[in-house]
Amino acid sequence: MITFEHVSKIYSNGVKGLQDVNLTIGDGEFVSVIGLSGAGKSTFLRSINRLNDVTEGEIRIGDQSVTKAGKKELRAIRRRIGMISQNFNLVKRSTVQKNVLSGRLGYYPTWKSILGIFSKEDYQLANDALERVGLLDKLHSRSDELSGGQQQRVSIARTLVQQADIILADEPVASLDPITTQKIMGDLKQINQTMGKTVIVNIHSVQLAKEFSSRILGFKSGQVVFDGTPEELTGEELTRIYGRNILEEKEGAEHEA
Amino acid sequence: MKLKDTIHFNWYRHLFVAVLILICLYASVAVTDADFGEVFGNVDQMTSFLSRFLKPDFTYIPQIVGPMIDTLKMSVVGTAAGVFFAVPVAFLATTLVTGNKVLTSVVRIFLDIVRTIPNLLLAALMVAIVGIGEFTGVLTIAVFTFGLVSQLVYEAIETIDEGPVEAAESVGANKVQIAFWSVAPQIMSQVAGYTLYALEVNVRASTVLGYVGAGGIGVILNSSLALLQYDRVSVIILMILVVVAVVDAVSEAARRRLS
Repeated sequence: MITFEHVSKIYSNGVKGLQDVNLTIGDGEFVSVIGLSGAGKSTFLRSINRLNDVTEGEIRIGDQSVTKAGKKELRAIRRRIGMISQNFNLVKRSTVQKNVLSGRLGYYPTWKSILGIFSKEDYQLANDALERVGLLDKLHSRSDELSGGQQQRVSIARTLVQQADIILADEPVASLDPITTQKIMGDLKQINQTMGKTVIVNIHSVQLAKEFSSRILGFKSGQVVFDGTPEELTGEELTRIYGRNILEEKEGAEHEA
Repeated sequence: MKLKDTIHFNWYRHLFVAVLILICLYASVAVTDADFGEVFGNVDQMTSFLSRFLKPDFTYIPQIVGPMIDTLKMSVVGTAAGVFFAVPVAFLATTLVTGNKVLTSVVRIFLDIVRTIPNLLLAALMVAIVGIGEFTGVLTIAVFTFGLVSQLVYEAIETIDEGPVEAAESVGANKVQIAFWSVAPQIMSQVAGYTLYALEVNVRASTVLGYVGAGGIGVILNSSLALLQYDRVSVIILMILVVVAVVDAVSEAARRRLS
């Protein structure tokens, strides 16, 4: 369970990233976070594994504080949180296998990881993860030889190898075509349902948010202005999040066409 | 059409700069007592030098092969040693890896100082410290390479894709792991390229290191010049030319493959 208590984040330039966010996300939820660019979606997501420090409040995972954790504790917490990003964040010159195995780095002492000594079990883990995303045949390919969708699946495999309970996805499909988008979202949904992992996705597409998630958070200027199920996300609520009703506008456009 | 409507509208500025340059030129000639007449006045000496210089003593080659190889060895060992120390220090010179601005600027100031020391001065210093010989040459080249390559490498680190760094951070990797897993793979081919480049520079530079006693072919070049054995000097210079050309060609071909 992830708990936010009075969490605020003000950037050094005065921009309010988050404003008094209070909420809990239960284990096994599939949460989509929507809102305009700059509404605080990324700040919210990145504060969960403290890639962003918050200025006020506390974030806990289970009963462990993320915001108060020391360096070592923080690394242990991060081990349990996988992260997927719009840019895939793979080392492009390294092989798929190496990128996936890097998900285990947090479990190894420095000298072992430098020498590249990984256990048999972890190699097996990497194979299983790649098989799950359908890329086992690319094991020794260089990552930059893969298509965008394949690279994103490698980064999903990396979080699987990490054996994280929570997967954070920051605009995971923003640079992918519609068909690949469906596949990637489907992969995340499947991982969420069959493995019981908590998935939190920042996403620009309201439709995808409604289609895949069990809960939607709407952000506006760093505040949570909507928190509910996809069914509860009406045109009125969307107007509050985005400033105007994008769904109606779209329907109108369809009528004209 | 008036002059001020053409591309020459600010001719007076150009004229001003031209006059300024002429004044500087005249002033420096006056200060340094430069006299081009001397060049032509010494034509006799030049012809006698050239007449011997243009008759290379090829029988001397077997005696200079050894020192030439020594020079090459000096360059290779010195380059390797320099790069070996340059890479880890380059990591310390970027905030990306250290996350510590103070440490980074201290390291950079240190590297700036190392780079300002001219090669020959460095060699002279080393001769004073460790004495005459090839090892002095190796040390000189190592220090020079260290300064050169560390800057190139830290600049390379600053241009990497930071995504993988963030990814490693988010799986709970520590700084050293990030350096090895996220940064190093992205800069390795550049490091290899810079190493070859440094080797090219060093082979060229190391030929003259012998001048101040740092071993290799420069020692023989220096003594041949002092003894006015210009037929030998020309053979030595020819040999250096060929070796430098070969090293440059090989290294360039290798670097092209890297990129």
